[in-house]
Amino acid sequence: MKARIKFRKYGVLKFIGHLDVMRFFQKAMRRADIPIAFTGGYSPHMIMSFAQPLGVGITSEGEYLDIELTESISSKEAVTRLNQVMVPGIDIVSFVEISEDKKAGGMTITAASDYRVYLLESSHCTDARIPIPEKWRGSIPHFLGENQIIVWKKTKKSEKEVDILPLIYKMYSDQDSIYLLLATGSEQNLKPDLVMEAFLNYIGEPSRPFHYHRLDIHARKEDGTLVPLSEI
Amino acid sequence: MRKLALNDEILLKIEKPARYIGNEVNSVMKAPDEVDIRFAMCFPDVYEIGMSHLGIQILYDMFNRREDTWCERVYSPWVDLDKIMRKDRIPLFALESQDPVKAFDFLGITIQYEMCYTNILQILELSQIPLFSSQRSDNDPIVIGGGPCAYNPEPLADFFDLFYIGEGETVYGELLDAYKENKRKGGSRKDYLEAAAEIEGIYVPAFYDVTYHEDGTLAAFTPINPHAKKKIKKQLVMDMTDTYYPFAPVVPFIKVTQDRVVLEIQRGCIRGCRFCQAGMIYRPTRERDLEMLKKYAYEMLKNTGHEEISLSSLSSSDYSSLKELVTFLIEEFKGKGINISLPSLRIDAFSLDVMEKVQDVRKSSLTFAPEAGSQRMRNVINKGLTEEEILNGAGQAFEGGWNKVKLYFMLGLPTETEEDMKEIAVLADKIARRYYEIPKEKRNGKCQITASSSFFIPKPFTPFQWVPMFTNEEYISRAAVVKHAFQDQLNRKSLKYNWHDAEVTVLEGVFARGDRRTGRVLLEAYRSGCLYDSWTDYFDYHKWLQAFENTGISMEFYNQRERSFDEILPWDFIDIGVTKEFLIKEWERARRGEVTPNCRQQCSGCGALKWKGGVCIEGKN
Ligand code: SF4
Repeated sequence: MKARIKFRKYGVLKFIGHLDVMRFFQKAMRRADIPIAFTGGYSPHMIMSFAQPLGVGITSEGEYLDIELTESISSKEAVTRLNQVMVPGIDIVSFVEISEDKKAGGMTITAASDYRVYLLESSHCTDARIPIPEKWRGSIPHFLGENQIIVWKKTKKSEKEVDILPLIYKMYSDQDSIYLLLATGSEQNLKPDLVMEAFLNYIGEPSRPFHYHRLDIHARKEDGTLVPLSEI
Repeated sequence: MRKLALNDEILLKIEKPARYIGNEVNSVMKAPDEVDIRFAMCFPDVYEIGMSHLGIQILYDMFNRREDTWCERVYSPWVDLDKIMRKDRIPLFALESQDPVKAFDFLGITIQYEMCYTNILQILELSQIPLFSSQRSDNDPIVIGGGPCAYNPEPLADFFDLFYIGEGETVYGELLDAYKENKRKGGSRKDYLEAAAEIEGIYVPAFYDVTYHEDGTLAAFTPINPHAKKKIKKQLVMDMTDTYYPFAPVVPFIKVTQDRVVLEIQRGCIRGCRFCQAGMIYRPTRERDLEMLKKYAYEMLKNTGHEEISLSSLSSSDYSSLKELVTFLIEEFKGKGINISLPSLRIDAFSLDVMEKVQDVRKSSLTFAPEAGSQRMRNVINKGLTEEEILNGAGQAFEGGWNKVKLYFMLGLPTETEEDMKEIAVLADKIARRYYEIPKEKRNGKCQITASSSFFIPKPFTPFQWVPMFTNEEYISRAAVVKHAFQDQLNRKSLKYNWHDAEVTVLEGVFARGDRRTGRVLLEAYRSGCLYDSWTDYFDYHKWLQAFENTGISMEFYNQRERSFDEILPWDFIDIGVTKEFLIKEWERARRGEVTPNCRQQCSGCGALKWKGGVCIEGKN
């Protein structure tokens, strides 16, 4: 039996890195007494897997982890129990049992994430936000209309040139923020800061402080459409 | 949403921002205007070390049970943030409220080891509190020190307003009540210090005058305030079961040194090793009730979600209900994926049996702390562990599949000869020989015997408090003797030997037995940039030597001198229960190589009986 948990991460929790969020959830499972399954051996581990890690500094309202259960538990009960043991800055949105056939895919089905990008007055504080300049908004269609957008992408081993244009599924803006829908996953992955860097470069602006907020993580259905992980 | 003391730009730039944001599970939030007392509890080292300390968790819980008090935590900012805070003049803050420490009523600092002393000055300076107690005003927090190093607080005397001598669970209530009372009456800082000086176990250094003889030794140590007591009596919890212990300790986000539930099973030690300060200052040994520990094990695991539980105490094998407790923990929790981490136990059939249950035999190692290589030396230090016991224990373990052994020794012990040093290698080799007695087909490859030695530091309130230490160079040459002896052993390929840093040792020696004047070296070293001295990467011996030179304070005077029994020692004003007569008697027995029985075999009349509790009255009521 498997369950998929959706959670929000905001406030000071944005300073807690992915590995520590994993540790946090391992302990939270015990505090909430969730019937989670373990691997065998001398030091058994909880069977738990996370969707695409969120970078430090980014907030989110659509993070996911899948867990293996030893017995069934009602969604409502699980959400209540988990929320009782959370701390300010992290809360559980949903807990749903998922069918076994999705198990094969697990978190590898992740295909895209969407973000809101806010322009900040200064890098000191994410609350003081300023409107997206008119000029920028007008430039987005041109930016997307290019043949390619080449950036230097740093990996663990090397730095290489890549064309990120095919990985930007959507990009538009209103006065408050810029919306991005980007490829996410183990094969193709694009981080939002890389897009903004390329964009500022394109319009000839110096680098500016942004706050990134993830809205959701999506999977691709057989027909090619994207749906939030919580809805498949 | 709480506002953080540090801005995003800083937090995203420094290492591990989680050290500074608070908000952990079980951290306590209160409304500042609903409490009378704001207490900042500090461990002067980095978060991961400080958060692993049981004593702070106990006091944090105890203070926060009071409705009128909000206790918060403070740790040393790591070197990266330290620089930024100095440059931007950001005042040090407490983790929970993120408010500046300088606005608190109290700053309590636990003093666990000498090499954190420069970090104490860092805490004060970053908090923007005057370093010297004499320069503080009514608006500054009362700075109070406690913990094992408070048993000789003199090197720090100028920097603290109060010291709490002994275990924190007893008179803090009185101390806080007196504070409120003084505030209500509109009393001054001095009025409060005088009221505090009346409380048992509280030492106010400013109320004492110290004079020195021409040769540098203490001439007199005199109270100069009518409220100051001649002798300060250490504080001790006599009922270890019906007392404070946290049901829900704070759970850090980041991995800390002690990332588990810790059950303190007893305090004190019956053994009476002559080098060991803890063995004397925590007398008499007091056990916690088995049922209480079981209950806490449940509750603490539930409330923290930790996946590991460990037991804490000196000489855990002496806890009377150890078998029952360990069996209970294994039966209750092993099946739930909880690791049981055992303290180092005397190796016998029982401990081997439980070790096999809770750890992977092939990966884990056996630990022995013979502390000295020769039997003669072990008699001198009263370490009642014989070669036969070690070889039998190791033998049994080897038969059961173990092949790794760790051995802990001390070098530079009183009366130590070259022969005693070499015996360290001989003993390690004998253990290896015992291993290779097992037929080849039955053993598990080669064995690995790792011996480590630290250098002995005489500590206050031990029978060795009068003995001289050696120089840095002498320590290194002693370690070299041992190293060479290892190379001469038959099984040298299975043996490994490491030794600790001697430079740190001599500094610890100075501050362990130092008087008020050594505070000047400390300040000078801190001013020249010394910080995080317990971290090898940051320890700078040359700066320290320079500080001794600049202040004209001689390391030799504190370390290499044999003190006489009638010399006034800087810590003599503290009464730990154990008498000086007993310590002298023990030192004389040590010189004769005579072993003293442990408290359960036979009471030696150390003086701790006056507490009328613990092992002294065991089975007698
Ligand atoms: S009085 Fe006796 S039993 Fe009590 S601690 Fe001292 S030696 Fe041990």
